[in-house]
Amino acid sequence: MRENGILRIIARFLIPLIMLFALYVQFHGDYSPGGGFQAGVLFAAAWILFVLIYGLESGLAVIPERAMFVLSAAGALLYGFIGLLGVLLGGRFLDFDPLLENPKAAQQAGIILVELGVGITVACVVMLIFTMFVRRRGELGQAWHPEEHD
Amino acid sequence: MVVAIAVVQVRDLFSAAMLFAIYSLLSAALFTVLDAGDVALTEAAVGAGISTILILAVLTLAPRHEKRHPGINWPAISVVVVTGACLLWAVSDLPAFGQPGNPVHTHVAPYYIEHAYKDLGVPNMVAAVLASYRSIDTFGEVIVIFTAGLGVFSLLSVRPTARKSNKPEDSE
Repeated sequence: MRENGILRIIARFLIPLIMLFALYVQFHGDYSPGGGFQAGVLFAAAWILFVLIYGLESGLAVIPERAMFVLSAAGALLYGFIGLLGVLLGGRFLDFDPLLENPKAAQQAGIILVELGVGITVACVVMLIFTMFVRRRGELGQAWHPEEHD
Repeated sequence: MVVAIAVVQVRDLFSAAMLFAIYSLLSAALFTVLDAGDVALTEAAVGAGISTILILAVLTLAPRHEKRHPGINWPAISVVVVTGACLLWAVSDLPAFGQPGNPVHTHVAPYYIEHAYKDLGVPNMVAAVLASYRSIDTFGEVIVIFTAGLGVFSLLSVRPTARKSNKPEDSE
């Protein structure tokens, strides 16, 4: 699909917008609908659009598969770490109050960090699943099923 | 509703995937009408977007048309009818929609509504409940997603050449 000019130009215009919207949904989740889960999916959707237009190799050049694995685990670990940080500072598991002096600020910081962990994990897992399906398609080769879906 | 029936009826899996995306998008619109912005956003992004892409990714690996099984599968029909009857019977027991005295509005919801902004200073109550009050649940969800990724990886990381020998429809 790399040859199709219309698709390429529209994608070039849309991908940054989708990513920007994902970041907005991620960090504005406290004020408007959204949060880590939706933001992660949107971010992964932008990357998948990039892969559909430019191919898997270019997509993996942006973020290698290994990095996806590490980041998807890191997101979940970030969530757990924030929870344990509360325990270390004298609270209960996933109790954000001890993180900062002001309990309101502490809660907001905790929510933002935890949602960041959710977002990273969701984005990386979705990208990873898509990568593995595309790769399996490549391994089976053209002889398997000549129909093209996009 | 019409779209849902169409999804079941259509034999072309590609059209079914598209209809399913339309169904998700319509549900998202319905959630927006019901003022559930968070759910609508999730449904639009996950249901209409990512699921469709993943279904299409699977379709590139599978034949395009569903195999037609002749005859009627009586055990399956009986299970569906009995379950449906039970659900309909249970619906008649549900409290009326939107009444303030319903159990869902009298348990912890008033506490959240009164304390979420006062304690947390977070205007979006859904985010407050998900990330702060129900933080451990959300942690569990993240672990589930991570496990799903691992599951797909462990299924698809096996080389396909090892399976080709015992797959007769391979030559299709």
